Amino acid sequence: MINPYEEYALEQGVQLKEKHGGEVTVLTLGPEKSTQVILKALALGADKAIHLKSDSFPDDPSAIAHAIADEVKSLEFDILLFGKKGVDDDNHQVGQMVSELLGVPCVTQVVNLDLSDGKAVAHREVEGGSLVVETALPAAFTTEKDLVVPRYASLRELVAARKKPIHVKEPKYYAPGLGTVFVQYPPLRPPGRIIGKGVEAVPVLVKLLHEEAKVI
Amino acid sequence: MSAPVLVFAESFGSRFRRAAFEAVTEGRRLADITGAEERALVIGQGLKEKAGELGKYGADRILVADDPALALFHPDYYRQIMLEAVKKCSPSIILIPATSTGKDLAPRIAVHLNTGVASECTQLDLQNGELIATRPAYAGKVLLKVKINGTPKIASLRPNVFTAKEKSPPSNPSVESLTFEKPDSRMVVKEFVAHVSKKMDLTEASIIISGGRGMGGPENYKILDELAEVMGGVVGASRASVDAGWRPHSDQVGQTGRTVSPTLYIACGISGAIQHRVGMVDSKVIVAINKDPEAPIFSFADYGIVGDVFEVVPALIQEMRKFYGKT
Repeated sequence: MINPYEEYALEQGVQLKEKHGGEVTVLTLGPEKSTQVILKALALGADKAIHLKSDSFPDDPSAIAHAIADEVKSLEFDILLFGKKGVDDDNHQVGQMVSELLGVPCVTQVVNLDLSDGKAVAHREVEGGSLVVETALPAAFTTEKDLVVPRYASLRELVAARKKPIHVKEPKYYAPGLGTVFVQYPPLRPPGRIIGKGVEAVPVLVKLLHEEAKVI
Repeated sequence: MSAPVLVFAESFGSRFRRAAFEAVTEGRRLADITGAEERALVIGQGLKEKAGELGKYGADRILVADDPALALFHPDYYRQIMLEAVKKCSPSIILIPATSTGKDLAPRIAVHLNTGVASECTQLDLQNGELIATRPAYAGKVLLKVKINGTPKIASLRPNVFTAKEKSPPSNPSVESLTFEKPDSRMVVKEFVAHVSKKMDLTEASIIISGGRGMGGPENYKILDELAEVMGGVVGASRASVDAGWRPHSDQVGQTGRTVSPTLYIACGISGAIQHRVGMVDSKVIVAINKDPEAPIFSFADYGIVGDVFEVVPALIQEMRKFYGKT
């Protein structure tokens, strides 16, 4: 499946194309089965795809960012869009790293993006509000939820996607920045405890929060 | 003496964030283990006089970049200052709060220092002198213990997980100014637009009252607002209620929203699906109010009340008013 934040990125890319023209390329680094993700992206409006295919590439933000930057630097682009993070390992790093490697401006956690006169104005979501950032193009953006509403692909689009070009190549290998030494399950919370039903339980709750849990 | 621990003491609006104090406290702990100094880096405007506050949490030396252009986070400016601070003190470890600023900044500097970042850590350990960072992944289903290849080791710390502790006696840190010369940048940070409600961000709140699908509609959140007001808390929401348009995304707790770890989390009309659970399971105490006794949230809430939120919450408001003496 497409990572949810990348779905916003793809949708934003397709909407920009619909409004301003141009072309949307999707880039995926992953194994053979990533082809399914690519076909879905092509059905959702991307024009072509690059598949950096590897079954053994390290699942590591620095390594991935370097391999992506290597590929992107040979491409011409105005806008690079990334999900702000993968919802599997939540690293929150690749977009910024690729941008730094390429030397392009990067605005993260974007909830609103407008283009005009070769410039972009992005709102990035921060604690308590948003920061308004203007940047020259080319530039990169990482997406926050609610940037846009992803569309669904029709059957016809799914079929048509198979005719769109997918350029398959091997990513250049990079050493990982992180090494997992141990994986453990998080300590379990104590099993839940129902203290009562309805309004009668309310005084009990307040007493427990104060005397037992000591949090109020 | 080993190389220092460098901590980015983040600020906003000329005051330090609590996450800065948490990071400085943790940095002190690590520095004590390795016998190193702790340096704190302050970037912002109007903070020079307040920089000494960081001594309370154990910083030995403070580097300050103070300039009107630094009042709001600018990636290119902050990156330059951070890299300059690193050059100055060659740290072994860099700690950064995992706030919107910290999460943006950490990977940027990592690229320039040719090292890795452990993001949103919930625990740090030193094993034989090596930093081992614990971080949740896969919707909180596992904890990864990772080491960082490269030096310095960079870790971002999830806010509200580490405890800010004042040291007794406090350090008496020296404060050194860093010169800031605006680098060329193609980005202009125009302004900060506050959310209309001006409420505290969920990640910084110690009491959160959250509402889910069971709230029935946006107008019904006023009882949660009232409870939050009585208890000094902040109102959050589940994905279902945000997707329904009842609450803004900035209120969302869960996998595609905020990850919170308050002292007390009261879930009202929230079933407790995995997407929600991952965002709040590290709360110290969880209370659930739900009319469905089979709701998954009851399997991990410390205190559950089976009942209608529209009866239980008003009763709770009354009881809390009595408790806090606000009748």
